[in-house]
Amino acid sequence: MVAPDGPKSRFVTNAWWILTGVAAFVCIVVIALAVGAMLFRRRPKRVDTEGGQRQVVVFGLLIPAVVLAATFALSVTGIAVNANPPSPDRVTVDVIGHQWWWGVKYPDAGVVTANEIHVPTGEPVRLRLTTGDVIHSFWVPQIMPKMDLIPNRPNTTWFSVDRSGVYRGQCAEYCGLEHAHMAFEVIAQPRAEFEKWLHREQQTAATPSTAEQQRGLSVFESSSCATCHTIRGTTAHGHVGPDLTHVGSRDKLAAGTIPNTFGNMAGWVANSQAIKPGNKMPPQSLSPDDLRAVVTYLQSLE
Amino acid sequence: MTAATTVTGGVIPERRVAESAVGEILDEVWEEEPGLIGWITTVNHKRIGRRYLVTAGFFFMLAGINALVMRTQLGTPNNTLVSPELYDQLFSLHGVAMIFFFATPFNAGFGNFFLPLMIGTRDMAFPRMNAVSYFLFLFSGLFMFSSLPFGLAPDGGWFAYVPLTGVKYLPGLNLDVYTLGLLFLAVSTTVGSINFIVTALKMRAPGMTLNRVPIYVWTVVTQSFMLIFALPSLDLANAMLFLDRRFGTNFFDIKHGGDAILWQHLFWIFGHPDVYIIVLPAMGIISTVIPTFSRRPITAYPLVVLATVATGIISFGVWVHHMFAVGLSQVSESFFAAATLTISIPAGVQMFAWLVTMWKGRVVITTAMLYAVSFIVAFVIGGVTGVMFAVVPFDQQVTDSYFVVAHFHYVLFGGAVLPMLAGLFYWWPKMTGRMTSHKGGIVSFILVFTGFNVTFFPMHFAGMLGMPRRVYTYPSGLGWDIPNLISTIGAFILAAGFLWTFFVFAQSLLSGPRAPDDPWGANTLEWVTGSPPKPYNFPVIPTVHSLNPLWDGKSLASMEEHRHDYNRTMTSTHLALRTSELDTRVEKIMPMPEETPVPFATAVLLTAFFISMLVGAYHAAEVSFGLCLAVVAFWLWRRPGIDEPEEAEEL
Repeated sequence: MVAPDGPKSRFVTNAWWILTGVAAFVCIVVIALAVGAMLFRRRPKRVDTEGGQRQVVVFGLLIPAVVLAATFALSVTGIAVNANPPSPDRVTVDVIGHQWWWGVKYPDAGVVTANEIHVPTGEPVRLRLTTGDVIHSFWVPQIMPKMDLIPNRPNTTWFSVDRSGVYRGQCAEYCGLEHAHMAFEVIAQPRAEFEKWLHREQQTAATPSTAEQQRGLSVFESSSCATCHTIRGTTAHGHVGPDLTHVGSRDKLAAGTIPNTFGNMAGWVANSQAIKPGNKMPPQSLSPDDLRAVVTYLQSLE
Repeated sequence: MTAATTVTGGVIPERRVAESAVGEILDEVWEEEPGLIGWITTVNHKRIGRRYLVTAGFFFMLAGINALVMRTQLGTPNNTLVSPELYDQLFSLHGVAMIFFFATPFNAGFGNFFLPLMIGTRDMAFPRMNAVSYFLFLFSGLFMFSSLPFGLAPDGGWFAYVPLTGVKYLPGLNLDVYTLGLLFLAVSTTVGSINFIVTALKMRAPGMTLNRVPIYVWTVVTQSFMLIFALPSLDLANAMLFLDRRFGTNFFDIKHGGDAILWQHLFWIFGHPDVYIIVLPAMGIISTVIPTFSRRPITAYPLVVLATVATGIISFGVWVHHMFAVGLSQVSESFFAAATLTISIPAGVQMFAWLVTMWKGRVVITTAMLYAVSFIVAFVIGGVTGVMFAVVPFDQQVTDSYFVVAHFHYVLFGGAVLPMLAGLFYWWPKMTGRMTSHKGGIVSFILVFTGFNVTFFPMHFAGMLGMPRRVYTYPSGLGWDIPNLISTIGAFILAAGFLWTFFVFAQSLLSGPRAPDDPWGANTLEWVTGSPPKPYNFPVIPTVHSLNPLWDGKSLASMEEHRHDYNRTMTSTHLALRTSELDTRVEKIMPMPEETPVPFATAVLLTAFFISMLVGAYHAAEVSFGLCLAVVAFWLWRRPGIDEPEEAEEL
């Protein structure tokens, strides 16, 4: 089991130890009885062809019924833990599933980003899940169990993270070709740091400070990039792919597929199909200089 | 392992006497056409049953090869052996094939061969329907599998969730192969289920009242009723999805008032009962093998029967536990959690009935018995992880992860394939007339059971460490590498085990010792017949005096007593005895159909219909469907003097 770092996953882990304890006991008893019957065999004359009903009723029906009733109590407790955060939430995050990346919005702050969910440590966060296309499922094993993203059926839930850190999440409902490459990160940080991050994300994109960056921006705006991506503060207003306003500050590219480095980004822009076959971004036929300029510009967007 | 290889007797004396009275004339009446024409026209339940087993076994091999490719791909992180397109087709086809084209039809194979033998009759109630259901199964399986070389195999997973499987996201023919292929097969399964139910209710030998019906027969009947109630839901869903994709209806299209969750409900109302549809007859095999090799009748027979029927009913009330991550209300989550827990009670009853039977009897170790006991081991592991899913947050954590993959392979491989292997080793001498090698069987068991556990046990860990199912690759460094590598090694051990098992059976066919009528000293009626049985099964229909007719002395003797009674020998033409449902009062002597090409023609025309639908040749579809109806009308035409039942004298 993964180490739990939130109240929801802590319940799951505790339940897991209780269940596994009981399950292991049941398995050991049954397996011992099955193997024992083969090892310790009666002599033919001592075969008992009658009875046995009472043992079946006691061990097969009554004892299991008691254990199962206890399991039900555990289940109902868990449903309650899942339902209500321990204290009122102060942050709301909207997550929108796409083939094969995660749109992330902070409606109160007006922030839009992708594949990275920053949250304040130790506080319940309201999570609203919707999808732009097919069904996906939101899962951060160390923090919270799954909740599906279903068309026309917004799901609202909550989670909270005990310790600051980076937690990997991944889509858990088969959603097509690149279901395997649809990961994200939850980054829990102290309240002050979170607010600083949120404030920075609220800003429009940084103005290019070098000639190369300036060239990158104009390539971005004039080529097909801008038809799919938004960079707030520029003329790029596409809504097909992730918002790139602060892409330079992100940890990973292509929904958790590769680290966000200059080289990886250049490779991705030039031919993303080699990295994540079937994703919706076509290869970009940019000249080497244009490519370098665009990537330099994008990396500067922190 | 003393009694293991004890081969008791040759021909059962009572049958020898009966056979000497009427065997010759019955041989003539029931003689079968040889060659290809015989193959196409036969309506004999044993030949059809064998075919079911061979065909389903072949599909098992194909779907197993799919799995081996997938396991090789997942053996190491970031592997690029197969493309995501191919991987998606492989896992979808693997699931579809194993569930629909292997597990259910393989059970149907045993059912076809042994249900009429166990209840003491000469054929299934509707032999031509039996033939048609086999041909439909064969053709629909070929329809499904032949899509893979064209890159058109289903690629939406075996449960094909909308809207992904809508034409917008998966525009190819792949999902049309899925919907049409499953509708096609459903015709076969429905026909077969009706046949099993009617056979078991109306064809039991006199004296086999409900409390003397072998548990295997109870499981097949329960399973057949379940299929009849569960399949319409799947059929409806598939028909709606096909209409959505082809003709622009909006059952599942959210933009036009459709609903994505509707598919999930319809699918799982079928899908969860289907688990028990597969596992119940397998448990029936266990309830057959364990008493024989414990040398005593099964413990708590009434409880085991009640548990079987209860499982069938409760299984229709648990489907939502497949949907706990959908975000349903807390009330419905609690309800279905409780139902999920309830269904494990009948399983517990059966489990302890087998264990007590073994402890109160004397276990004889044979390959069949080893597989039967290994089922208990595997099924208890799959069972306890199943109970865990009733704890809703835990289910939400592990659902759609490899933990679930581990769980349902313990339930389906452990709960169905291991019993099927038990059944194969147990009934092989009856089906083929040859014994299998005891040592070869032990090696088969060791390889298969080891491979099974090495493959599927580590998947629990991969899932708990966060690995989702249906991913064609995964990054390294998440702790998933080692469990995946072990699973892949296990898959190859398992494949070696099946290869070895295949050779054990092949060697038996080629040079195995001749099997006597009753090599295991068993208790049920199929062991009275020859190995392999004559086309008419029983020269004289016996009177059944107990649940264990071969052990009570009187049931066998009745064959000898009635050898000059026409109502039991029915020597004039293809005839079988029809009896009342509860107390098996003799009602009629029924004429049974002779060999006929009509079922084959029906199946071919229906195949033409489904292929035409797939490629969009709707006029051809209309013509072939019309012709198919015409053939069925010809089939149903009653010919006076031939199709009229004779009155039994005993009335």
